[in-house]
Amino acid sequence: MKEFEPVPQHADQPFALRRIGAMGLRYLYLLRSSWTRVVELAYWPLMQMILWGFMTQFLLTSESPVIKAAGMLIAAVLLWDVMFRSNIGVAISFLEEMWSRNLAQLFASPLRPYEWALSLLFISLVRTIIGVIPAALLAIPLYNYSIFDMGLPLIAFFVNLMIFGGAVGLAVSALVLRFGMGAESLAWVGIFLVAPISGIYYPIAILPDWLQPVAWALPSAHVFEGMRAVLIDGIFRMDLFVNALMLNVIFMAAGFAIFLYVFRLARIKGMLLQMGE
Amino acid sequence: MSTFAIRTNKLTKTFDDVTAVDAISIEVKAGTITALLGGNGAGKTTTIAMLLGLLLPTSGKIEILGEDMVKSRHRVLGRMNFGSPYVDLPKRLTVRENLRVFAGLYGLRQARTRIKELSSVLALDEFIDRPTGQLSSGQRTRVALAKALINAPALLLLDEPTASLDPDTGDWIRSYLEEYARETGATILLASHNMNEVNRLCSDVLMMKQGQVVDSGTPAGLVEKYGHDTLEQVFLDIARRDNKLPQENAAQ
Repeated sequence: MKEFEPVPQHADQPFALRRIGAMGLRYLYLLRSSWTRVVELAYWPLMQMILWGFMTQFLLTSESPVIKAAGMLIAAVLLWDVMFRSNIGVAISFLEEMWSRNLAQLFASPLRPYEWALSLLFISLVRTIIGVIPAALLAIPLYNYSIFDMGLPLIAFFVNLMIFGGAVGLAVSALVLRFGMGAESLAWVGIFLVAPISGIYYPIAILPDWLQPVAWALPSAHVFEGMRAVLIDGIFRMDLFVNALMLNVIFMAAGFAIFLYVFRLARIKGMLLQMGE
Repeated sequence: MSTFAIRTNKLTKTFDDVTAVDAISIEVKAGTITALLGGNGAGKTTTIAMLLGLLLPTSGKIEILGEDMVKSRHRVLGRMNFGSPYVDLPKRLTVRENLRVFAGLYGLRQARTRIKELSSVLALDEFIDRPTGQLSSGQRTRVALAKALINAPALLLLDEPTASLDPDTGDWIRSYLEEYARETGATILLASHNMNEVNRLCSDVLMMKQGQVVDSGTPAGLVEKYGHDTLEQVFLDIARRDNKLPQENAAQ
C-alpha cells in the first residue's frame, strides 16, 4: 500500500489569520458579485442623511442652542448608521452562509467558530465604511457640514459604535442559528431595541428616571452624549469615552460567549446540517 | 500512520428520545475504499457528520487518522475532507473563488498551483471563472470533488458522490476516485445507494440499519454469506429483514 503524502500545508495553528483572511475574502467576493448589494449599502445612509439634513435646516430657525448646534442631527444620523451597519454587516454575512446552506462545508474544514466570528466583524467594518462614507461626503456640498470636522473624537465614536454594533450582531446571529431562519428578521430589527435608549437624537436626561440607568449601561448612550459634548460645548469627554470602551469590552465578550455557546449547541443538535432556505 | 483511518467505539447519537446511531464500533483500514450502506434513516449521514466533527456524539469515541476526533478535531480536519451533492458552495462565487477560499481555510502553501492542478485533472478549465450557480449538475459535482480534494486529504468522506449524475459523468467520477485512492494511498469512506458503484470501488462494506452496523465484509463475501447473486439483493434482504422498515424505504 502506498504511504500517503500530504500537499504542503501551514502547520496547525489554534488561531490562524490565514483562515480569517480566507473567510474575509469569501465575503468580499460575495459583495463584489452583486453591484446592487453594494449600492444598497450606501442607499439607506444617503437617504437618512438627506432627510435629516433638510430637517436640520428647518430647525435652524429655532432659538434652542441644542437644536442649533451645527449639524447635530446629521452627525447623529451618520453615527447611528455606523452602529446599525456594523450590526447588520455581521448579521447579513452570517445569513449569507445560511442562505447558501454552506455551514457544513465550512466547519468540515479547520475553521474555528471564533475565527468565523472575527471574519464577520472584519467584513462588517468594510460594509460600514462603504455604506457611511458616501453619505458623510455628500453632506459636505449639500449642507455645508462635514462630520470629519469633529477630528479625533470621531474616530473614538466610530470605534465604539462599531464594537457595540458588532457585539449585538454576533448575539443576534447566534439567535438565528439557535432558532432557525424563522428568526431571520431579528437580524434586521434587533438593534432597534437599543435605539430609543441610546440617546441618538436627544439627551439621556429626557428619559424617565427609572430608564436612565438602563441607558447608561449601553456603550451607545455614552457615545451619543459624547457627540453632543463635542458639538455643543466643544469638549471631548474622556470619561464618556472610557465608559463606552469598558462597556464595549463586556458587550463584545458577551457577544462572543453567546455565539460560541450557541455554536456548540448547534453541534449537539445537528443544526449545522439542517440550516438553509 | 495508523493501520486504521477510522475507528469508533460504541459511538452513539441521540436526538431527544430518538437514537439515530446506536453504539456502533467500526474500523476502516487505511488506504481502502469502504462503503457505508443502509436505507434512508439508517444513520449513515449522522455517522458521517460525527466523523467530520459537525455533530457531537452523545457517547462513544472516534479516532481519525490516529487522533481523538473530539479532542483534536481541528488538527485532524486539515488532513481530511468531504463532498456531498446535498451541501452547496456559494452560487454567486466563481469556481476559482470558491476553491481559493477553501485553499485558504486549509492553509495550503501553494494554493494557485493546487487549483491549477485540480482544474486540469478534473477538467474545470472551461468554467473555472463562471459562477458556481450557473453550472450543470455534472459540472457542479466535479467542482464539489475539487473542493473535497483541495487539501489532498488522507481521508475523504463522500456522501452519494454520483447521485443524480448521468451514467457517463458518474463513471468518470468513479474512475477518478479509484485513481486518486490508488495513486495517493488515501482512504475513502463513501455512503452510496448505487450498488454497482460499491461493487466497483469498494473493498469493504459496512451495512447500517436503524442506527446500528448490522453486518460488514467484502462485497463478494457478503453476497456469498447471504446466498444471493448481487449486492443489491443483500442490501434488500438486510433492509427488509424483521419487517422493521416499510418496503418502499428499504428499496431506495
